[in-house]
Amino acid sequence: MYRYDEYDQSIVDARVEEFRDQVQRRLSGEISEDQFKPLRLMNGLYLQLHAYMLRVAVPYGTLDGRQMRMLAHIARKYDRGYGHFTTRQNIQYNWIKLAEAPDILAELATVEMHAIQTSGNCIRNISSDQYAGAAADEVADPRPWAELIRQWSTFHPEFSYLPRKFKIAVIAADEDRAAMRLHDIGLRLVERDGVLGAEVYVGGGMGRTPMIAPLIRDFVPADDLMSYLEAALRVYNRYGRRDNIYKARIKILVHEIGADEYRRQVEEEFALVKQLGIDPPAAELARITAMFAPPALNDGGAAPDRSDPDFAIWLDRNVKPHKARGHAIVNISLKPIGGIPGDASADQIDVMAELAERYSHDELRVTHAQNIVLPHVRQGDLYAVWQTLADAGLAEANLDLVSDIIACPGLDYCSLANARSIPVAQKIAQRFADPARQRELGELKLKISGCINACGHHHAGHIGILGVDRKGTENYQLLLGGSGAEDVSLGKITGPGFSEDGVVDAIERVTDKYLEVREGAERFVDTYRRVGMEPFKEAIYG
Amino acid sequence: MRIVTGNDLATGDVTWWTGQGWSRHIEEAVDAGAHAEAIAREEEAARRVNGPYVIEATVTADGPRPAHIKDRIRALGPTVRPDLTLKPADPAAGSWVI
Repeated sequence: MYRYDEYDQSIVDARVEEFRDQVQRRLSGEISEDQFKPLRLMNGLYLQLHAYMLRVAVPYGTLDGRQMRMLAHIARKYDRGYGHFTTRQNIQYNWIKLAEAPDILAELATVEMHAIQTSGNCIRNISSDQYAGAAADEVADPRPWAELIRQWSTFHPEFSYLPRKFKIAVIAADEDRAAMRLHDIGLRLVERDGVLGAEVYVGGGMGRTPMIAPLIRDFVPADDLMSYLEAALRVYNRYGRRDNIYKARIKILVHEIGADEYRRQVEEEFALVKQLGIDPPAAELARITAMFAPPALNDGGAAPDRSDPDFAIWLDRNVKPHKARGHAIVNISLKPIGGIPGDASADQIDVMAELAERYSHDELRVTHAQNIVLPHVRQGDLYAVWQTLADAGLAEANLDLVSDIIACPGLDYCSLANARSIPVAQKIAQRFADPARQRELGELKLKISGCINACGHHHAGHIGILGVDRKGTENYQLLLGGSGAEDVSLGKITGPGFSEDGVVDAIERVTDKYLEVREGAERFVDTYRRVGMEPFKEAIYG
Repeated sequence: MRIVTGNDLATGDVTWWTGQGWSRHIEEAVDAGAHAEAIAREEEAARRVNGPYVIEATVTADGPRPAHIKDRIRALGPTVRPDLTLKPADPAAGSWVI
């Protein structure tokens, strides 16, 4: 994985000291909250419902054991013993003290981590495929490109004050595991006639106006990619609306002027930008790419003994094929029944670090579904990995099942939320706790947001839930038919909303109807697409 | 009643105006009445609170209870982690929040 060079390290160290000075000036009263707020946000520090919240970047979701241990250390020393992994493949701490924030950033910097650009109207953490470098269906490892974009976008002088925040995803496989087309820019690396390049999608997103990004260029050669991105951002920076926060995202610009006109403007800009020499020299690209060289995966050992039934179930559900023979990708579910989606204790974080170091070539990934991946595990080690996970309460065999719920922090933590998300997730998981029942339902992606900002990706859930405030009372709207995968679609609202318990009952009526009308091995979302909303509405509302 | 709430600048803790200062415990909040906005402004200017605002609350035998669920959750802590609330040893402490 990528290692900082002296420039990276000096930039991050300098930023820590700059922020230390800013915090000191705020605490001494030299600057007001209005002056300080944009500065702290640029360093990932929010003021949330109960305390300051720090969002730490995990670039494209990749980290090593040393970094993971540091996350556990931060949780213990500065927070309350746990962290929350997010849908942006980052981690958040909910109980941070302002005076200690610079020390936290300084400790993070010692392991090449930071919180830069995890907030603000800039280019945020680049997201990617959690199976990058391990998936059989990728044309290339997308992470060198994600890293290049990270470097290009960090402190980019033109793009530090965009009309609104900006999210980029890079994938390189047919299967979309990163909700790529629901990003401001989604890149899918492809190969054409032996040349690596990218399909470029622009103007996707969730939030209050969900949109699927249209294809703007079906192939940008890799040699032109950074120039093309620069052009795409320039057009947005120039014409994106700054007069209305709700219309400021690039999706609104692309929608309002149309994909064809946006494309024309980007091409015009690209012709100019290409002359500037933004694209990296081959040697620099080679330097970065070399750091993502696949680990030496030799003997994978014997195929695992499946005689332990719980292990066999976990193997079938949470372990995915690796492109190297005899190896596997292990998904660690952070969704125990009745737990808080995405939360892990400091001890659990340490366990995962230890497993990565011992069994996964010192690599971990954070997924946008708020789980953790060990990307390179010998099949001969799978049983030992599972036993350790089970001892740590991390062996829930529910990947992509109804209890593998994405949920934002909601009104339990978030100052923007209108309703709580976590208790709803807990009640649904408990209602469907029977593992056999979950497996009978098959792949069913359930996603919950506590407000219209959609951090819980409710638009992209096979079943989505949106919490709203109805006259001071929590109310939950139900959506069906969304997907963030390669079959991307936006969910549709079923009808009137429900109470907290009512929405759990409604979901059960939906799943009962699904079992009644599905054909063969059809997934829930496929059945929904075939039969439409009406049978489900009938089941829900009678 | 009208009470004033905000966060402690250094720690981020939720705090409530007591008439003399700021407390983490809503039971100590007082009715600031028509002076609430002025108190918020003065206290913020003096850096004794961060982001203060005025909310409606009802008087109960156990102390003020905010009208809106968001401030009730702020008053005690996350409903999903009783161990992290202000009263972790009291399982019934959150009965009035939801």
